[in-house]
Amino acid sequence: MADLAPYRAVLSSRIRSQLAYRRSFALDVAGSAGVGLLEFLSVYVIFTNVTELGGLDFAGVALVFAFANLGFSLADIVVGHVDALPTYLRSGTLDAFLLRPLSVLGQLVTSDVQLRRLGRCAVGVAILAVALPQAGIDWGWGAALLVVAIPLVGAVIFAAVFVAAAAAQFWLVDGAEFTNAFVYGGSNAASYPTSVFTTPLRAAVTFVLPAAFTAYLPTLLLLGEPGPAWTPAWLGWFAPVAAVVAWVVALTGWKAGLRHYTGTGS
Amino acid sequence: MNPLRTYVVFAALGFRRYSAYRLATAAGAFTNSVFGLLRAPITMAVIGAAGGELAGYGALEGATYAWLTQAVLTPVNVWTWNELALRIRSGDIAVDLARPVDLQMTYLAADLGRAAFQVLPRGLPPLLVGALVTGLALPTTVLPYVLGLISLALGVCVSFACRWLVNLAAFWLVELRGVLTLHMVAVGALSGLTVPVHWFPDWLARIASASPFPSMVQAPVDLLAGRVQGVEALGVIGVQVAWFLGVLLLGRVVLARGVRRLVVQGG
Amino acid sequence: MTEPIIDVVGLSRDFTVRAPAGRLRRTSRTVRAVRDLTFSVPEGAAVGYIGANGAGKSTTIKMLTGILVPTAGTARTCGKKPHRQRRELAREIGVVFGQRTQLWWDLPLHESFRALAAIHRLPSDRAAQRQVELVDRLDLGEFLDTPVRQLSLGQRIRGEIAAALLHSPRLLVLDEPTIGLDVLSKERLRGFLGEERAAHGTSLLLTTHDMDDVQRLTERILVVDHGQMAYDGTLAGLVDRVGAQRVVVVDLLGGAHGAGAEVGGGAGGAGQAGGRAAGVPDLHGIPGTALVAVEANGLRQRLAFTPGLTTAAEVIAAVAARATVRDVAIEEPDIEDVVRRLYLSQ
Repeated sequence: MADLAPYRAVLSSRIRSQLAYRRSFALDVAGSAGVGLLEFLSVYVIFTNVTELGGLDFAGVALVFAFANLGFSLADIVVGHVDALPTYLRSGTLDAFLLRPLSVLGQLVTSDVQLRRLGRCAVGVAILAVALPQAGIDWGWGAALLVVAIPLVGAVIFAAVFVAAAAAQFWLVDGAEFTNAFVYGGSNAASYPTSVFTTPLRAAVTFVLPAAFTAYLPTLLLLGEPGPAWTPAWLGWFAPVAAVVAWVVALTGWKAGLRHYTGTGS
Repeated sequence: MNPLRTYVVFAALGFRRYSAYRLATAAGAFTNSVFGLLRAPITMAVIGAAGGELAGYGALEGATYAWLTQAVLTPVNVWTWNELALRIRSGDIAVDLARPVDLQMTYLAADLGRAAFQVLPRGLPPLLVGALVTGLALPTTVLPYVLGLISLALGVCVSFACRWLVNLAAFWLVELRGVLTLHMVAVGALSGLTVPVHWFPDWLARIASASPFPSMVQAPVDLLAGRVQGVEALGVIGVQVAWFLGVLLLGRVVLARGVRRLVVQGG
Repeated sequence: MTEPIIDVVGLSRDFTVRAPAGRLRRTSRTVRAVRDLTFSVPEGAAVGYIGANGAGKSTTIKMLTGILVPTAGTARTCGKKPHRQRRELAREIGVVFGQRTQLWWDLPLHESFRALAAIHRLPSDRAAQRQVELVDRLDLGEFLDTPVRQLSLGQRIRGEIAAALLHSPRLLVLDEPTIGLDVLSKERLRGFLGEERAAHGTSLLLTTHDMDDVQRLTERILVVDHGQMAYDGTLAGLVDRVGAQRVVVVDLLGGAHGAGAEVGGGAGGAGQAGGRAAGVPDLHGIPGTALVAVEANGLRQRLAFTPGLTTAAEVIAAVAARATVRDVAIEEPDIEDVVRRLYLSQ
């Protein structure tokens, strides 16, 4: 990533044009925050009926939810625009990308940025701010580091999922519906303790689509909890490894997709 | 031409339009099943944490609830729909209004046609997966299914009436995204899509019952699962009918207002 | 020996086309869009690449620029393999697709230039200077601040060409750039391209349907038909072989106003046959032309001429010297016609 100037040039135009319409931008941010709150409402309603879920109390589940949401929305802001790939394929814009001396993925990612998704980010941060003091954490430098690192590593993992889902669009026609199952299913699975799932499903959302690494497993470390069978808490330390593996898979898929596109034409 | 036949034609068009998207439908059914796979265990875990029973849901009933919501959510179409708003914005609505058919009824017919197409290909797969993975607690007699399907049709109607009303905001607002998102959030929160309305704390339950949203999802799911039967079921259907007619009529009034504004303002 | 700027050997490209046959099955057949093309273009040359729709022109361009991978054969552009060295190649070529845009659709034109200057890592003073030069010569000043999607076709094409030339590429590839433009815009564009080449020695590869583009801008033509090379040589040679002619259709003013006509100028007499409108001469004997049709009692006449031997302007001037011209139309040789004749002449 030697030279960011070219990407910055387009990005700054986009950011400027989004901020230009102050009122509608504010409404958009509010709307995105609303969606985030809505999802948390399910968790809240659940905890008006029970005191623990999957071995964690309300504060614990709120942490898992907030970390997952924060990671997802951070990834969505930065990399989320890759879901425009099918549109670009149809309009021939991808050819314009190929004719420039830049990486195609880089151009796709930076061709737009959805700042309004900051609303959902804010909800995640707010929930964290309320839940962290109540979760019974043994505070120290390790815990503080974890609090900062978890959403960042989570964002990296989700970003890889987005890129992999985008790569699939090179082969599928109208494939977004199909990949949504993994992207949004993954986000959903990441927001809850995976201890509620049976072992096969838990293995799938941990080792196949690393949703558990984005929030639940590292949160267990933070809380000092042991974790369920086959996916113990200490796996949480391997979240960065999961992120790297996820990106290797995503980039391999992306390169293959691009090869497929230039090999078969549009 | 017999007006009823006209609407049947529109319904058939709605049906045919969606039948072309075979791949997307299959993909959608896959998504529904995946979500069911995730929500069913979560629901069961909540029930387990509550001691094995919560508001009349046992573990199996809870799982059934999760699978049924995935089965009905596509026909009911809880997500954003903005066809009408786009036509209002572009002015094409004038063409539609000039036709000798009732605009709202034609859209309703088309929506029912769409729902009719989606019921089986999007509804059955999650139920089949559910039956295999967690098992389903479904009624063994015929009547609950009859009432349930009636309730489902009404759920589609109530959902349509609300979406119609929300789209009419295009007569007054330039940027509709906020209103559409708000509607989607309200539906998601209050219709019983992710957690049953019966689990809501009192204050939220009161808000929900004062809204049409539970009639969209919770009602048909309850009836299809046999949770609500007999006379009580008829009561639920009655509530659905009341909301449907109420919001529908409101939609007609607002449309007339909007059209008048359009005509007065020109264009 | 300098390397050719485009070097193509045995280039082929097949497509698999699937069509539904019945309810569940699909047939697939192979379409050979480009077959065994071989040609080489030296640096600094200007080549016209013509062919009917579907003849394989755009496919060849895509393979030369790295958007598409060949099924067989090799292509080298600016000494590089287009697909392998896509990014390095992109620094040395500029491409304009007439029907697709490379500009940023909803941003003002000057933002596209700014982005491209950053993308090509042009030092800011050089970029500014080059931009000023291009804006001036292509008359872009008045719509620099307009979003690209609001530009007219002619304005957009001029913007695209400026964008493609901003980084002073060695090779400019234009895919149907004048399609849909009016005559005046086409003329201005051709003038600009000619000057640009003269000033910077830029090589040019131009695909077009318009024979006038070819005549004005290029020294060499490649004619491709059904993916295969049908002719590689000069325009004059092609015309010679095929006898493709352009036709000037003049509507003349008759009656008393025809008195302005002067007989003379040019070999052969201007005989006046009986039955013609008063004062309207037959346009025989204008150098380089053959009178192919006389209609409406001489008020409309068709003169065929061979491009290269004379031009439409000269013919019209000669006609105007003999009669009062009310209206003029020019009929071009059909590309399909040219190609068909090519085969007939073989």
